[in-house]
Amino acid sequence: MRRVLLPVLSVVAVIVALWYLACVPMNMHTALTEAERAGAVVSPTGAKARRDLSAIGLALRNPAQWADTLTQAKPRLPAPHQVLVELWDTTVNKKITSKRSLVFHGWVTLSATLLGFAIGTLAGIVLAIGIVHSRAMDMSVMPWAIASQTIPILAIAPMIIVVLNSLGVQGLIPKAIISAYLSFFPVVVGMVKGLRSPAGMQLDLLSTYHASRAQVFWLLRLPASVPYLFASLKVGIAASLIGAIVGELPTGAVRGLGARLLSGSYYGQTIQIWSALFATAILAAVLVALIAGVERLTLKRMGMNG
Amino acid sequence: MPQTPVIEAKNLDLTFQTNDGPVQALSDISLEIRAGEFVSFIGPSGCGKTTFLRCVAALETPTGGSLSVNGMTPEAARQARAYGYVFQAAGLYPWRTIAGNIRLPLEIMGFSKAEQLSRVDKVLDLVDLTGFGGKYPWQLSGGMQQRASIARALSFDADILLMDEPFGALDEIVRDHLNEELLKLWARTGKTIGFVTHSIPEAVYLSSKIVVMSPRPGRITDVIDNPLPRERPLDIRDTPEFLAVAHRVREGLRAGHAYD
Repeated sequence: MRRVLLPVLSVVAVIVALWYLACVPMNMHTALTEAERAGAVVSPTGAKARRDLSAIGLALRNPAQWADTLTQAKPRLPAPHQVLVELWDTTVNKKITSKRSLVFHGWVTLSATLLGFAIGTLAGIVLAIGIVHSRAMDMSVMPWAIASQTIPILAIAPMIIVVLNSLGVQGLIPKAIISAYLSFFPVVVGMVKGLRSPAGMQLDLLSTYHASRAQVFWLLRLPASVPYLFASLKVGIAASLIGAIVGELPTGAVRGLGARLLSGSYYGQTIQIWSALFATAILAAVLVALIAGVERLTLKRMGMNG
Repeated sequence: MPQTPVIEAKNLDLTFQTNDGPVQALSDISLEIRAGEFVSFIGPSGCGKTTFLRCVAALETPTGGSLSVNGMTPEAARQARAYGYVFQAAGLYPWRTIAGNIRLPLEIMGFSKAEQLSRVDKVLDLVDLTGFGGKYPWQLSGGMQQRASIARALSFDADILLMDEPFGALDEIVRDHLNEELLKLWARTGKTIGFVTHSIPEAVYLSSKIVVMSPRPGRITDVIDNPLPRERPLDIRDTPEFLAVAHRVREGLRAGHAYD
């Protein structure tokens, strides 16, 4: 554990240090303007004179304002501690029913993600079973599945929202469908590979037992595909989350992590954007870790932890 | 009791259509195998020994001649589950225990739960793996895995056992041991065994009949009735009788230009 901990913490420390370092030039112009307004002497004087100067040069000439770059209300690049404070503030210090609570928005996005993930996984498995057992489906479905993923989700998401809205469907379902649209694909690809993973010898063996196609599926193909399924699910759940967030953008930014991102960018609330981004990343990491946990338990129960 | 052959091939031909044109894998194979015989097929790669075994198992379809298994077509024999097949790799399912793997054919064939249990115990004992039923394949050595796969092939008690280089991937010490075990198993069960190998000592030590084959096209160059007694300790391999049979096998291989 200790041998893993040290490198992991080192990498985190390097990233945080670089981030702080980047905050100084990124926020320097604003910091100098505000300092000058408050009566401090900065070089060179006058926002106009500084406008075209490089931020790094300015930072080197005004070390006194470095600290100011880390405490602004609307920085170009918020400092790590500002994002952390905002995260803490909007999760722990707000009631979860509050519109300003990230837990509230996170749950809105998570529910769409989970529903979409369930739909996508089910659809992916069913399609994969069809593709493996029917040559016609292999030839006809796979190209469409691939084509579906070449369409930018940002382009198709508003159309799905609008079409479903005109049918009277809104809220959770349209987001879940966009989510499913992204997550079915890795499941199809992984499950097709998994269901086809048994070697010719394994199929020959079942043939010598005169096993039926259904028996080959339940006794050989399905259990052999389990490791592939979990690999796909980990990709799929992350894609589902992205889908749900993208699905929140065209609805006018009312609820959800996507809404927080969008309203943050409307009002220049960079700290809010970054904290929503981090909430998303943390949520994705937790979801993937959950699936990895289920994977470990399942494979262990199946005896495949050799 | 009249001895009708269990496996009978007459002028069997098999030509594979490949991208490089037709390849004649088997040419004019005629052979009779009687009940209770242990027949080894020996020859270099590409001589069709495995292909012949796969034809018997209805995993390949001959393109000419006739082949009967238990008086039926190979396909009918496969559907009647007339044989157990042992592949070169043990091919155990990693998600099933050893007992679970041996139970696999029994589940497919619809044996009752009680029958499954008693049969698994019986064949585990037969291959000397009693007590290992609850282990997973990765917990066993290669030799033990192959014994489990033999137990799996024996579990539904077909009269014929087809073995395609079952010990080919094992080291020589394990191989010697398993050869000895296999002979005992054959003596206890009286099965008809078809055994593919490319080891001359293995063929001579195990078989009651040795079929020497050669490639391009795959054909039989010699059929040797093994004069060695049924009771064979491992050191029989140093006797002049044994070496004489081995010599004849080698001559047969040479006659077929198998060393080219």
